[in-house]
Amino acid sequence: MSMNMSNSIIARKRSNQLVYWMVCLFSFLAMIPLFLILWDVVSKGYKNFNLNLLTEVTPSSMDALLANMNGDPIPGGILNGITGSVLIVLLAILFSVPLGLFIGIYLSENRDKNFAKVVSFLTDLLQGMPSIVIGIIAYAWVVKPLGSYSAIAGSVALTIMMLPMIVRSTEETLKMLPRAYKEAGLALGSSYTNVVFRILLPSGFGGIFTGILLAISRVMGETAPLMLTALGASVVNWDVLEPTSAIPLLIWDFYNDPNLVDLVWSSSLLLLIVIFVLNWIAKIVARKWKI
Amino acid sequence: MKDKIFRLLLFFAAFIILLLCAGIIYALVSRSSDAFQEYGILGFIANPEWDPRPATEEYGALSFIIGTIYTAFLALLFCFPFSLAVSLFNGEYFKGKRISSVVRSVVDLLAGIPSIVYGLWGFYAVRPLIIDLGLNAQGFGILLSSVVLAIMIIPYASSLSTEFISMVPNNLKEGAYSLGSTQIEMIRHISLPTASSGIVASYILALGRALGETMAVTMLIGNTDRIPNGLRDTGNTMASVIANQFGEADGIKLSSLIAIGLLLFIITALINLIAKLIMKRVGRA
Amino acid sequence: MENINNNGMEPILQMKNVSVSYAPGTQAVKNVSTDIYPNTITAIMGPSGCGKSTLLRAINRLHDLYDNIKTTGEILLKGKNIFNIDSMEVRRMAGMVFQQPNPFPTMSIYENVLAGYKLNGIKLGKKEKDEIVEQSLKGVALWDEVKDVMSKRGSFLSGGQQQRLCIARTLALKPEILLMDEPTSALDPISTNKIEELLLELKSQFTIIVVTHNMSQAARISDNSMFMYLGELIEHGNTTQMFTKPKNKRTEEYLTGVFG
Repeated sequence: MSMNMSNSIIARKRSNQLVYWMVCLFSFLAMIPLFLILWDVVSKGYKNFNLNLLTEVTPSSMDALLANMNGDPIPGGILNGITGSVLIVLLAILFSVPLGLFIGIYLSENRDKNFAKVVSFLTDLLQGMPSIVIGIIAYAWVVKPLGSYSAIAGSVALTIMMLPMIVRSTEETLKMLPRAYKEAGLALGSSYTNVVFRILLPSGFGGIFTGILLAISRVMGETAPLMLTALGASVVNWDVLEPTSAIPLLIWDFYNDPNLVDLVWSSSLLLLIVIFVLNWIAKIVARKWKI
Repeated sequence: MKDKIFRLLLFFAAFIILLLCAGIIYALVSRSSDAFQEYGILGFIANPEWDPRPATEEYGALSFIIGTIYTAFLALLFCFPFSLAVSLFNGEYFKGKRISSVVRSVVDLLAGIPSIVYGLWGFYAVRPLIIDLGLNAQGFGILLSSVVLAIMIIPYASSLSTEFISMVPNNLKEGAYSLGSTQIEMIRHISLPTASSGIVASYILALGRALGETMAVTMLIGNTDRIPNGLRDTGNTMASVIANQFGEADGIKLSSLIAIGLLLFIITALINLIAKLIMKRVGRA
Repeated sequence: MENINNNGMEPILQMKNVSVSYAPGTQAVKNVSTDIYPNTITAIMGPSGCGKSTLLRAINRLHDLYDNIKTTGEILLKGKNIFNIDSMEVRRMAGMVFQQPNPFPTMSIYENVLAGYKLNGIKLGKKEKDEIVEQSLKGVALWDEVKDVMSKRGSFLSGGQQQRLCIARTLALKPEILLMDEPTSALDPISTNKIEELLLELKSQFTIIVVTHNMSQAARISDNSMFMYLGELIEHGNTTQMFTKPKNKRTEEYLTGVFG
């Protein structure tokens, strides 16, 4: 028994070590794609990453073809995409944040009501909706009636995407606040409305703001729903009822156009920078405002 | 008085979610009814044909349903060893250590990369690799899209699993060690079974994500409208066929695409519901 | 160490200058040296924070699991230095029962008793398994209560029953020493009583060390007692002697309730 014990102990220790190293190896491997992607985007994108990128609109395919033939760098930039993204996302924020806040407040205050449970369930349902299906909905509700693609249709789609995220983060943040905050406020004779706006929301600002930032960074990179709603435009457009471009849409256009394809990387680089900066700010805010 | 109005506003806001969902379902159902009436619900679902030619126009969802399930499950399979390793790394082996927060951050960043950038990388970096390795002559297809999809869902599969593995009570672990077990034996017999419901839920959620993924798949799957014939073949998923063909579609074709959208919606909703139910059971246990 | 009940035998556990620290500069256990004799029940008593649990957990090398805990000194189990043999072997020889009963929730009662074998990768035939389970459960007087529900998970059992299950699980591996860390403090008086009776019975087969904050429990069941204070071993002797005529002033103060 003793001999068997020591043999099997060695074997067991060996397989214990083996698994340990496999876990480390596979975890390491799992991280590699991030660096590969970042490397590709940065190394291929920095060449065209200049002021022109941010200040000029996309060149026509023809201009790009000529430039390529002459060995010149492709003229133009993605200003129309940048302004388009700003317009569409700003509108989406306008729609989704107040609504999301209110719904989040409602859910955190009415946890036991059946109605709240239904709404909570449906919010999760919305969260799981594939972005292309949301695009179909926005197409049906805005593009079709208006008769044309438009920025606002894109905003509607992004609103539907952002809404569940904002609702959840608001709800969770408020739920974590000590009940004493609300009770103390009410005990001082304040109205419920005031308690929410003057005490609860400010106290939960960190979590709520983080949630909003994360929702924004999520939709900044969305392409599919915008393909069906905003469509894209080659000029800077501030008219919400007109087709509008966005950075991811431009990347898609560039990808499909052999003359413009070199611009994909610099545009992707810009997009990644925006997304990562938003994430980073969100992390800092979350840490600083920890209750 | 102000409070009454405010509470009413809150209620209406919440009600909007109800309206939104009802509106979504109505929009999808009403616009796909043409297709379902033309082909019958089951007929549409089971039909592998997708023929837009005017003379022989006929649409069916089967090719895309199979393409979707194929790529999503394959992606889940590919990602499993990696996401499990990450969740064991963060939830058990290096729990609370600094290197764990590094790994977590890196994996979180993976989740932040937009789908279209994954598509670009898949096209420019992974496809040549697949061609060079001789796995597939033109690179596009189920294999390529599943591999990239797998990488995309690693963060989703690992984050919840990590939570549950790290929540295994310490006294259970000490109990196992006191009986003389090694770490892996403790993980295998105690940690993983205890965390199992949460782990399963997280993979189901990752599956839901994979099912709905659009851009990366569209760029990598080859866009052929038939049932894929194996890993090397090209195909289309429900999401990618909509993305590709929605633009100029009308009439019965449009209705068919929207019908596919409805099916996709239902499938992802069901998957997420299952995950939620599993999580609820965990909560009670 | 005075008037120890040692049954005329060699010590089964010897501790020499054992110290344990949780953080550099502070020691939870300071230089403890003493012997434990076979087939005795030794109680380790002392006020909160005196290091009694820490000392106990050093014996089965539980501190190895935590990077920040450093243990120094020698602990000899049946003559072998526990730091020179595999921790897994140490833990087979010294089984531990915890304050909070911790039956494994994903295993049935039957599987829980055999958990030690499963975790050590030891395969047993069905007949052997049945025997071990019956023996162990009978040994803790739990057999009659659970023999019809052995395939169920143990979570419906009462606290006392769960603790007896944990003891059975430990006993199934036939350890030399039983280390018990406040085994009854989370239980009601009746269950406590049952377990104390159990320990008295088990004494003939095992050596038992019980950490307890309950002086009367120590008085009831132990042959010898160790009194610890601020990490140091103040006194170790025959229980009856120590309770009636403690040699150290601190011990007397503790026993008369001046502190603790």
